[in-house]
Amino acid sequence: MIPGTRSRAIVILGAGIATLLSGCSGSQSALNPAGSAADLIARLWWPTLVVASLVTMLVLALLLVAIFRAHKKGAALPLSARQSRNLVIACGIILPLAATIPFALSSFSIGREIDAPLPDGALTVEVVGKLWWWEVHYLDETGGRIATTANEIHIPVNEPVRFLLKSDNVIHSFWVPNLQGKTDMMPGRTNVTSVTANQPGIYRGQCAEYCGTQHALMAFLLVAEEPEAFEAWLEGQRQPAMEPATAQEMLGREVFLNEDCADCHAIRGTSAEGQDGPDLTHIASRRTLAAATTPNRIGHLGGWITDPQHIKPGNQMPSTELSPANLQALLSYLGSLE
Amino acid sequence: MTTKPAFSVLLMPLFFAVGCNESEVMSLPGDPAKGKMAIAAYGCGSCHAIPGILGANGRTGPPLERIAERTYLAGVLPNTPEQMMRWIRIPEAIDPLTAMPNMDVSVNDARDITAYLYTLK
Repeated sequence: MIPGTRSRAIVILGAGIATLLSGCSGSQSALNPAGSAADLIARLWWPTLVVASLVTMLVLALLLVAIFRAHKKGAALPLSARQSRNLVIACGIILPLAATIPFALSSFSIGREIDAPLPDGALTVEVVGKLWWWEVHYLDETGGRIATTANEIHIPVNEPVRFLLKSDNVIHSFWVPNLQGKTDMMPGRTNVTSVTANQPGIYRGQCAEYCGTQHALMAFLLVAEEPEAFEAWLEGQRQPAMEPATAQEMLGREVFLNEDCADCHAIRGTSAEGQDGPDLTHIASRRTLAAATTPNRIGHLGGWITDPQHIKPGNQMPSTELSPANLQALLSYLGSLE
Repeated sequence: MTTKPAFSVLLMPLFFAVGCNESEVMSLPGDPAKGKMAIAAYGCGSCHAIPGILGANGRTGPPLERIAERTYLAGVLPNTPEQMMRWIRIPEAIDPLTAMPNMDVSVNDARDITAYLYTLK
């Protein structure tokens, strides 16, 4: 081998791995932890990667040794029964146990720490998995609803928050990789997990259990913010919808109530009380539409209302046929619901 | 022999006019690459099919394929960069019956979007 070739090969291999891993950084990555649970999980993940890589290399090296020795004349001497037995005990029992037991113990203790019960006064958020979006209720101490929203969850930083996870259809899984480990949402039961964000930020969450056609577009944003900002946000979400300020917005509200919108969507403070789709009381305050499928801008909203099936085929929302004037008014009204 | 210079003189205004036209285009030095990003951000593709924009396959409005070569915009405007910018920014003021909403597009973004749309030939 030409000197330097090997080191160059290692550099290229290393660069390749670095490129693969760099795809994992950012707002949806378990390798970029910003919360207590994710931090513990990442601390287990890296040693697992190192040990699993060493084991793989060892096994491949032994395989190569076996292949090359087979072609060497007279090199292979048969092992005695005693030697064979010792080899099996050492490499087949002791070595695998030594490699896996620390991980099992570490995994159990991390699981216990993540599952530790929260203090009674902890903020409680109920998230219900829908087809294919997330309904979010903020609960008071007695379990009553303070506010309802969808696809965007706000929490205060450095405070453990209790999440009650439910589903009324198929199995989903709640996962914000930067903050916590996957927790399934099972029809008929309530799973509990806690999330503590250590850094303010906007993290993307994603359904992690295949749940049908639009599983891939079933996402949400989790906004971790300073406690004062969070309190202000929750107070805003608690309020009923703003009254229309212009004639155009007034017309938009009429359109919303008289067309089919109100059959499925609620706008608190109006007669729209549909429960099948997301609560739209403060839709203009959200950052995304259709479960983090598109940014929440009027262009996207217009396309979503007139033709949701082409943006997210198979979702539960039908196209709404509105006259252009009514569409314009409806967009003005929805855009005013801060 | 005198016809030729006369002919050239007759053609002069045409050259000027072409020059004007070019200078108008030059006064719109939008960046097509930025325009692509702006199109994605404003959500144009939710209603229009736009070649070259990921996910822009909307069916609500007309497809914008070869928009640079169309004679009219929205059926009501001559197809020039200025008019396209106007339409993108204030469609409801130009055609009160349009379903296209005013998306609060900034002048710079409208210029970049126009620059991109004029690459669609």
